[in-house]
Amino acid sequence: MTILGLPILSLIIFFPMVGVLLLLFVDRNSDELAKWIALAVSAATFLISLPLYWAFDANETAFQFVENVSWIPAWGVRYHLGLDGITLFLVLLTTLLSVVAVAGTWRQVEHHAREFMISLLLLEVGMTGVFVSLDVFLFFVFWEVMLFPMYFLIGVWGSERRLYAAIKFVVYTMTASALMLVAILALYFYNYRATGQFSFNIEDWYRLSIGLPAQYWLFAAFALAFAVKVPMWPFHTWLPDAHVEAPTAGSVILAGVLLKMGTYGFLRFAMPLFPQATQAFLPWLIGLSVVGILYGALVCMVQPDMKKLVAYSSVSHLGFVMLGLFALNQEGVQGSVLQMLNHGISTGGLFLVVGMIYERRHTKAIAEFGGLMRVMPIYATLFLIIVLSSIGLPSLNGFVGEYLILIGAFQVSPVAAILAASAVILAAVYLLWMFQRVFFGEVTNKKNEAVADLNWREVAVLAPLILFIVWIGVFPRPFLSKMETSVGHFIQMVHTEPSARAALLEPHRVADEGGSDVSIALKTQ
Amino acid sequence: MTNFLTTADFLTILPETIVFVMGMVVILFDLFGRGRGTRNLAYLSLLTLAVTGYACVSLYGQGLTGFRGTVVADEFAIAFQAIFLIVAAMVVLISIRYLEAQELPFGEYYALLLFATGGAMLMASSRDLLLIFIGLEILSISSYILCGMIQGDLRSNESAMKYFLLGAFATGFLLYGIVMLYGATGSTQLGDIASALTQREVYTNPYIWFGLGFLLVGFGFKTALVPFHMWTPDVYEGAPTAITAFLSTGPKAAGFAALVRILMEALSATHTQWVPVLWVVAALTMTVGNVLALQQDNIKRMLAYSSIAHAGYILVALVVGGKDGLSAIVFYSLAYTFMNIGAFAIVILASEQGHERVTFSDYAGYGYVEPVLGLCMFVFMLSLAGIPLTAGFAGKFQIFKSAIEQGFVWLTVIGVLNSVVSIYYYLRMVVVMYMQRPTATSLQHRATVSVPLYVAIAAALAGVLYLGVFPSDLLHFSLQSVSMLIAGR
Repeated sequence: MTILGLPILSLIIFFPMVGVLLLLFVDRNSDELAKWIALAVSAATFLISLPLYWAFDANETAFQFVENVSWIPAWGVRYHLGLDGITLFLVLLTTLLSVVAVAGTWRQVEHHAREFMISLLLLEVGMTGVFVSLDVFLFFVFWEVMLFPMYFLIGVWGSERRLYAAIKFVVYTMTASALMLVAILALYFYNYRATGQFSFNIEDWYRLSIGLPAQYWLFAAFALAFAVKVPMWPFHTWLPDAHVEAPTAGSVILAGVLLKMGTYGFLRFAMPLFPQATQAFLPWLIGLSVVGILYGALVCMVQPDMKKLVAYSSVSHLGFVMLGLFALNQEGVQGSVLQMLNHGISTGGLFLVVGMIYERRHTKAIAEFGGLMRVMPIYATLFLIIVLSSIGLPSLNGFVGEYLILIGAFQVSPVAAILAASAVILAAVYLLWMFQRVFFGEVTNKKNEAVADLNWREVAVLAPLILFIVWIGVFPRPFLSKMETSVGHFIQMVHTEPSARAALLEPHRVADEGGSDVSIALKTQ
Repeated sequence: MTNFLTTADFLTILPETIVFVMGMVVILFDLFGRGRGTRNLAYLSLLTLAVTGYACVSLYGQGLTGFRGTVVADEFAIAFQAIFLIVAAMVVLISIRYLEAQELPFGEYYALLLFATGGAMLMASSRDLLLIFIGLEILSISSYILCGMIQGDLRSNESAMKYFLLGAFATGFLLYGIVMLYGATGSTQLGDIASALTQREVYTNPYIWFGLGFLLVGFGFKTALVPFHMWTPDVYEGAPTAITAFLSTGPKAAGFAALVRILMEALSATHTQWVPVLWVVAALTMTVGNVLALQQDNIKRMLAYSSIAHAGYILVALVVGGKDGLSAIVFYSLAYTFMNIGAFAIVILASEQGHERVTFSDYAGYGYVEPVLGLCMFVFMLSLAGIPLTAGFAGKFQIFKSAIEQGFVWLTVIGVLNSVVSIYYYLRMVVVMYMQRPTATSLQHRATVSVPLYVAIAAALAGVLYLGVFPSDLLHFSLQSVSMLIAGR
């Protein structure tokens, strides 16, 4: 399916390449021009991706906007793209945050702005590609190639320990994905033995029944790759380093989109491909998620550095996302997908606001600040809204996601849900305490007296994020309704043995009921 | 007995003949044309290689056999000969500027390069242990001399001496192996050895095992497999850089071509014996090569250890065997040629008059001094590390795919983890080029223009990207080229 006869997904993936090509011909000293080109191209990409929302048929279980052509016939690799109700939002989040990232680092890039923008645009290509690839080989290509623009963002434009952080980021991810490659190859041959066809098509692989010990190993290989990316405790140690050293745009993209690739990987690959292994490992995975939630929250409380605090809060928040996913019921998974968006918006926003103060003062240490409320009222207000969204204040977006996740988790494991819920309180503690130390009281540090408040550009960068924070918080229906069918389909898949999935994998429509469990649950809140 | 010398006999060895004859012509040209520089000799060599390539293409698919079955121009031979020709052509292209910059006005250089290439080609097309040995010696002796080409340089002399001494040892082992196999089977022809091995009393003859062992040790030296790799870093470091590029690609591929043919055509009955041995050697070679490469500060030494590791990956393919595994050897040899010679080409381009740039710190900020060349180097490093969309990934993918298919799961796991280790040192080049500030001693100026070098770099880049993005054509070709090795088994 296409929009206006255009292969819309390819267009979204590769449109940033236009920007890259243009930038190659820009003089290396005209930084301003490079930034404007990048902004225009990423904004155009966002606009191109926007019609997907309306064109997407929310009642259809099959992948939509499918493109499928042969790429490497010798291995049966195909250029196969498609979108479902879950990746719809991940793609939109990617294109939105790319614009925000370009606009948000207008002043922070002090050297080689052209190369910086090229990296950002290439990153966008890779990220979108990861989310829409239905051929596992193609997915793997995007997954690996996308690392390098990020590696450059951290390594070239990062702060003091950038080399260490950049190489750690690459080595962690690569180690895990190397084992995933072995698992992918193994599945490829399982598929060949079962069907006689060489295929990397994920829809073919969904029909594969894999024997038990093998299924555990393969699940472990996939899960490790994704767990590093999420990151789940105890594979999270690369994250604080990468975040602290990365420039603001890098942090925004890293937290906003890259981490979602891990959760997406569980959703698309690890769980539906290995249903029995998923069930077997489920208690452990739920346990690790809860540990991650609490550990991240506790570590946040002792952070002296704002950026590091936000980084660790990601560990905690992604723990929520994983918990919802592993609850494996409509509320949990839908909350989890919504929370992926929320986290992208809120934490992306947090990194932006921290970056804004860093641009002014060149420090992120909480102790350096105090009393900023009087000096920078606009900044303080926007900062507070984003902080509250991250905490999960009712009527802001974070609440909806966490609430759904906790409802879902409670049905599976009350203990896990109770423990996780306590982290909501901890989040309020560490974020509000930080806010208090930075903004309230008297201005104790003379350097803060003369700090300028936000300019119109910075407000404009934050505006779309604030808009979504309020929108999702007050009226989440437009978001939930589009993902309902796909989430239900995912849950059914995980609960169905691959041998019995034939009917499930046939494209079919789900009747419109005018209100699902989730919207009812929300109405009764 | 059929007629001893027919046209078919000579057609079979036509490519080798052209290369050898033209090698001598180059020497004569050099003798009578002194003082006119060596550029013309380089172009003559390129022409020779092109003509030979054409001869190879015309012979492809005809399956000619010559000299009573001792030489064959089958698809496998021609595939490897084509690789050697590409190697030689690229080495000639990168040598032109190198010889001028390092003031090495020796016309013999190109002649020796042609002889070495001819020797390598003979190794790929021979079906007789003695002929393989002769090819190997032509290749090796030419290489020894090429290593010591920088006469006033101690390291270059050390390199040649070391290579010669250890090479002589390896030759000894190889000859012992051949002798023992001859003693046990009564023949040096691969086909006869295979048929002799079908008899039980021959198969159980201990000389077979000694012969096999000595052969593996000999080839282990020549292709620098662990634990016979010790000579590699010193030889590669001291040799002229263009020759290092040649050594790491041409002779290595030739060694594998001959080893594959011997193991598949003569000794496949004994594969239960050599597969476990080579399994261990492959795992060791990958691991030792990669781990030692981690701590090198000299790029030539780093690439030397990395070439050991890459030999390990190729060996995995040999252990796996089968159509898929063997075709991966062909594919990987070509892929490795492009990426490795590409990297060396950049090192040569960065070198200045009489002064080479071979330590990492020389390249601090290189990506900003030379944006295009820096990007090329980046791509070559990614390919060596095996990142998708490059030839290196496609090659590794084919190797590991065949390994998984045949059930070598642990060897694959060792292999992929090794390529993660390798990412660290290949990315070190990237770190230096893009993430470090230029220092007082690092490269500050853009290199002078050298068209042949640019051609070589462009060809390498095109090869790396084409094979990386569209590997299907070469995959089909390499599958075709090894199919007779399997059929004849």
